[in-house]
Amino acid sequence: MSRAVRFAPLIVLAALLVGLVWRLATPVDTNVHSRLEGQPVPAFSLAPIVPGKPGLASADLASGRPRLVNVFASWCVPCVTEVGVLKQLQASGVTVDGIAVRDEPQALASFLARNGDPYERIGSDPQSSVQIDLGSSGVPESFIVDGRGIIRYQHIGPVEPSDVPMILAKLDAAK
Amino acid sequence: MLAELGLAALWLAAGLAALQLLLSVPTVRGSVDGARTIRAVAVLQGILTLTAFAALLVVFARTDLSVALVFENSHSAKPFIYKVAGAWGNHEGSMLLWVTVLAVAGAVFAVLARRTGERTLIAALGAQAALGLGFYAFLLIASNPFARLNPAPLEGRGLNPLLQDPGLAFHPPTLYLGYVGLSIAFSLAVGALVTTEVDSRLARAMRPWVLGAWILLTLGITAGSYWAYYELGWGGYWFWDPVENASLMPWLAATALLHSINVLAARAALKAWTMMLAVLAFSMSMVGTFLVRSGVLTSVHAFAIDPERGTFLLALLAIYVGAAFVLFAVRAPRLREGAPFELVSRESGLVINNLLLTVILGIVFVGTLYPLFVEAITGEKLSVGAPYFNAVAGPLALLLAALVGVGPLLSWRRERRPVLRRLTIPALLGLTALVITIILVPHLAILPRLGFTVAAFLAAAAPLPLTVRNPLRAPLATWGMVVSHFGIAVALTGMAANGAFTSERLAVARPGQQLSVGPWLIAFDGVTPTAGKNFTALEAELRASRGEGAIILRPQTHYFSDPPMETSEAAIRTFWNGQLYTVVGREDPSGGWQLRLWWKPFVTLIWAGGALIAIGGALALLGRALGGWRRLRAHREPGWRERYI
Repeated sequence: MSRAVRFAPLIVLAALLVGLVWRLATPVDTNVHSRLEGQPVPAFSLAPIVPGKPGLASADLASGRPRLVNVFASWCVPCVTEVGVLKQLQASGVTVDGIAVRDEPQALASFLARNGDPYERIGSDPQSSVQIDLGSSGVPESFIVDGRGIIRYQHIGPVEPSDVPMILAKLDAAK
Repeated sequence: MLAELGLAALWLAAGLAALQLLLSVPTVRGSVDGARTIRAVAVLQGILTLTAFAALLVVFARTDLSVALVFENSHSAKPFIYKVAGAWGNHEGSMLLWVTVLAVAGAVFAVLARRTGERTLIAALGAQAALGLGFYAFLLIASNPFARLNPAPLEGRGLNPLLQDPGLAFHPPTLYLGYVGLSIAFSLAVGALVTTEVDSRLARAMRPWVLGAWILLTLGITAGSYWAYYELGWGGYWFWDPVENASLMPWLAATALLHSINVLAARAALKAWTMMLAVLAFSMSMVGTFLVRSGVLTSVHAFAIDPERGTFLLALLAIYVGAAFVLFAVRAPRLREGAPFELVSRESGLVINNLLLTVILGIVFVGTLYPLFVEAITGEKLSVGAPYFNAVAGPLALLLAALVGVGPLLSWRRERRPVLRRLTIPALLGLTALVITIILVPHLAILPRLGFTVAAFLAAAAPLPLTVRNPLRAPLATWGMVVSHFGIAVALTGMAANGAFTSERLAVARPGQQLSVGPWLIAFDGVTPTAGKNFTALEAELRASRGEGAIILRPQTHYFSDPPMETSEAAIRTFWNGQLYTVVGREDPSGGWQLRLWWKPFVTLIWAGGALIAIGGALALLGRALGGWRRLRAHREPGWRERYI
């Protein structure tokens, strides 16, 4: 039996041990990071859905200052509570845009009338196509896009009041 | 008191293990005659660990909350059987169970082993003591099961409700018995490598242990698969989860060992390879235990994660497996290969079996650990799931299953008879199955289709070894092999049928609504609250019919308060041709309920096949044991009484 074959098990074991030691030594990061972070926003152009409010296109996002793009829907229950937090962000000077997923104009209008309206622009995404391009798997999700139209952060789930300082810091960093 | 008694017994056992190890070195060298002492020490060690484990069982049965482990894992309101099962449903208790099995196996081995040379035997007992020592240290230093709390709390924290199930009472102990049974094969291999006495006597001494461990692993995996199937409510029987793979890897290695050991026993060939497999099988058990216990891989089996324990177990793994591999590398060149064999022979059949099993083992190993290495090197997170394992290991497993029909027909050394002619009928049956599936289900995926084909072939080919002579005169071991191989065909049929014909229905239903799944029409009658001993529950009532009279199924969602958790209890009805599997989920705001319904034709064959495989193993073990007993009675060695008693 050749020397290489005899020592092969030891080499496999050594590789295994190195991997496991590394795992034990490195704290596990349980966050899922978006692959789109650092990438430009995929090109899209969404029609308006609420009378008097402009639609949203990817070109609008490269406006020279960071913006928060909120993927939401009037039929989404967590979005109802999230709107309050978004309004709070808007009050502290953040520009919030909305992408309404699979929504109806009337349902959306009454949603905004009932819960408040933090959005500067709202684009309608009736087939979820832009949502899918953004790599968003549900509503609500929020994206921080910097002034050059590059995605800096993807937030999965509603923005909670406790997330506000973190979101503001990330917006600040995206300037 | 009992807890202290248990702890004292553990310390004593650890001391005895050290003595056993220290004494074995000069005994093997021949400078001291310590053989009888070593045997006695091994037996005493087994008794002491049993005492410690019994103490833990009693402490749990009484719900003695002054013991920290009971406080953390038990509750006074729990049904009695789960109080007892709680003793090993946690890290410390399960490690104590592991050590107990290790020491008891060592004791039984010390009493029964007669077939190997005395020096190899003593060296093996020394290796067993070395193994024990590490795990005693682990228990006593890093996971003391008997630690006290002062003052004692008033109520315990409960046991994970998912584990409050009869499956828990048997699944982990069965697997542990299997894992640790392989430790004897490991120790014997190490002992034989030390003395370089690798011969057919060694194989015969090792065989019953490997066979026994393999039977228990088979049962444990089958039971675990069924437990996951009905308790998790996902309707799947195998998820390629890291912890499942952790039990599959030792099984694959043990299966390969089980076959190669026969070559060593019959023909004194494949010496180095068999020793490698014996070391590997137990190493895989330790890797499995490490993966499960350290929580380094994300898994549905989310056990408590503790870096200190992980480090400790990893160190043990490195020491034992590393030492055994070094020993192998140094000693392998000294092993003389036995009788040669020709290309077409039973030996080559078993070599091919071993190659395929080892490659499948490698595939599972790489798939399980790949995410870890990718993250270590690139920082990217990914998971390897069923598509990889099915696509890569599936075809190899099918090839192996097909060859299982051929291998046992070959004779040792060389095959001159026309074997393929005997396989005409099985081959025709396989072809028929293929044609039928092509006609009836043209759009079937390739793996289930080939699964049916191979299963039909194997079901007919497996019994052929019995037809050479009068089947009733065939040795029990041959019957065992036939039953096991037939079991593979049965399990394969179940898997193929489940993959091909399962109908699934996910729906939100309001009371009064009707749904169809497969041939069934299911009426949803509504949901009512109900209560159990330590949980409250919501119970759905479903009336299912397929033409004749309706049957009632009552899936439930259980809500536990200590610790707060909900589990879904599937309602499953078994018929001769399949299972109807129903789960009730949450209520949605519109007043409908989530229902998941499956019709799974012939799914029970998967576990029936697993059970048959284990039964075949048991038959073979019984045959070997009876044979050994007859031989022993026929000619006892002179002076056996003095040596063993």
